[in-house]
Amino acid sequence: MEKFTQLSGVVAPLDRANVDTDQIIPKEHLKSIKRTGFAAALFAAWRKDPDFVLNQARYKGASILLARKNFGCGSSREHAPWALIDHGFRCVIAPSFGDIFFNNCFKNGFLPVVLSESEIDRLFYDCAAFPGFKLNIDLQNQSVSTVDGAQAMHFEIGAFRKYCLLNGLDEIGLTLRHADKIREFETRRRTQFPWYY
Amino acid sequence: MAQTLYDKLWDSHVVHVEDDGTALLYIDRHLVHEVTSPQAYEGLKLAGRKPWRADSVVATADHNTPTTDWDRGVEGIDDRFAKLQIQTLDANIRQYGAKAYFPFLDKRQGIVHVIGPEQGATLPGMTVVCGDSHTSTHGAFGCLAHGIGTSEVEHVLATQCLVTRKMQNMRVAVEGALARGVTAKDLILAIIGRIGTAGGTGHAVEFAGSAIRSLSMEGRMTVCNMAIEAGARAGMIGVDDTTINYVKGRPFAPGIESWERAAVYWRTLKSDPQAKFDREVRLEAAEIRPHVTWGTSPEMVVTVDDAVPDPDREKDATRREGMERALVYMGLKPRTRITDIKLDKIFIGSCTNSRIEDLRAAAAVVKGRRLAPNIRQALVVPGSGLVKTQAEREGLDKVFRDAGFEWREPGCSMCLGMNADRLGAGERCASTSNRNFEGRQGEGGRTHLVSPAMAAAAAIAGHFVDIRQWR
Repeated sequence: MEKFTQLSGVVAPLDRANVDTDQIIPKEHLKSIKRTGFAAALFAAWRKDPDFVLNQARYKGASILLARKNFGCGSSREHAPWALIDHGFRCVIAPSFGDIFFNNCFKNGFLPVVLSESEIDRLFYDCAAFPGFKLNIDLQNQSVSTVDGAQAMHFEIGAFRKYCLLNGLDEIGLTLRHADKIREFETRRRTQFPWYY
Repeated sequence: MAQTLYDKLWDSHVVHVEDDGTALLYIDRHLVHEVTSPQAYEGLKLAGRKPWRADSVVATADHNTPTTDWDRGVEGIDDRFAKLQIQTLDANIRQYGAKAYFPFLDKRQGIVHVIGPEQGATLPGMTVVCGDSHTSTHGAFGCLAHGIGTSEVEHVLATQCLVTRKMQNMRVAVEGALARGVTAKDLILAIIGRIGTAGGTGHAVEFAGSAIRSLSMEGRMTVCNMAIEAGARAGMIGVDDTTINYVKGRPFAPGIESWERAAVYWRTLKSDPQAKFDREVRLEAAEIRPHVTWGTSPEMVVTVDDAVPDPDREKDATRREGMERALVYMGLKPRTRITDIKLDKIFIGSCTNSRIEDLRAAAAVVKGRRLAPNIRQALVVPGSGLVKTQAEREGLDKVFRDAGFEWREPGCSMCLGMNADRLGAGERCASTSNRNFEGRQGEGGRTHLVSPAMAAAAAIAGHFVDIRQWR
């Protein structure tokens, strides 16, 4: 997995609540057996509208997506973060996320950041007001800040997830360090509840 | 200390906990399908790893499979990408093994969330995962069951564990008796309407109360299936006689040598009377009416005797804009009576409502009648080959065919339109599925979620009707 440490990038605002993963990547683009190649599929239906945010020149090259509450609800498809990454995003900021999407992000070196509704409102305002509006993300310090340093916001992240992202660690490798414990657990369970085996 | 059902399931599966609460949770059953597994098996291959316990895997092809022309076999699948995914699953299971595999064309093939319980591969007390968000369905059996992403599919294959954190406990109690014509589907739509599409986010939701206990296993599966539409990855219901009677005698259920021991343990799988929940919601069953969604999120739902809401009456700006956008997409005007909405297509199927009880309910409404002339297509897609066979034994296929419905082969079909079964742009559908998202059933398609009986009645009348007044 690619490391995530710091990021400085243009912010693209997607001002809709409850954006589901069917919108992030419609089902006709799920027929690949690979993890990459989904850039053109990102928001494929909405991008047919020339005014859609990702079609606007001012947000070209954006690496941070600003979204509303419950972003990534719905289907478990990991193609959603894959498509965001393939398009060039490395971070999405929202007041809340769908649980499965939120998890999937961390497996791909992609950072979902939760900020308060009022902080998000302010960022939407800034995006509209200042063409080329950028943010700096610092995972080590758990901060989101404007490039002039005028605003700095703190975000929470679990220690284990942070450690994995900062170091780009392979989670399977980490889990297999506990192989003996898994084996012991399994042996015990097999004895106690043989009908599950 | 008093524990909830979720606490019990969690505690009995924790292998290891990190300082920050991140845990390794042991997985008993891993359901696999063709769309979210190829990259996981590829990852395993590239890293030179093997499945930890291939015997935990139960696999089937369901998302992409066609529902017609099965006599043409795999080679007859016109969509070459779908065919490649189906063949890739075949190859992966051949190479890595599974406890059971129900490939395309097998008599027992079907929607993964229908066949798991049907085969007894889903048992009370299990942790069940699948690369599909509707895995919450299996919680109906007193399981901890939820959807996972493809990286997690690979992780579970390689380690038999999931890296996760404990969720909060939420209980939704529904007390009393449901009125005639009001089903499990209406009950869960009413719950989603009440708590919203993110109302259960971060929570494991236990459905409880006398109305839930009165439901059949089919009804309980419908309720747990849509827990994810209320934001909850996992929905669950405590074990009782209904659960145990359903499981008994199924192909992968415990045999006579361990049945009694298993049943004694399973009966402990319910929340203790004094158990504390972080959040509780209560609904009165008698107040629940047939529900119909009008918008592009399952929370955009009203009762059939109501009308499409007016965004002008919504105070919250983000919600109002969402409603306005949904009305444009759905081609609806505020204050239109739900019973005045005319349909183009009907879909009876999906992991929510494609089991034998659902087909019986729809057939009872349809029997001896014909589709309304404005209905261009009406599909019945059984949840599995075994459901299809059972329905045919009861003559339900004939009831549907005589009325003008198409009787199809099993699969996910028009619930998500990955195969040829889709809505065209602007087409309006009464659907027994679970998501009315934009484009879900086909780009530009307009979905209204309803119960099987309501979908069947809409097919005959050509518009929504209140099933409570159906003669």
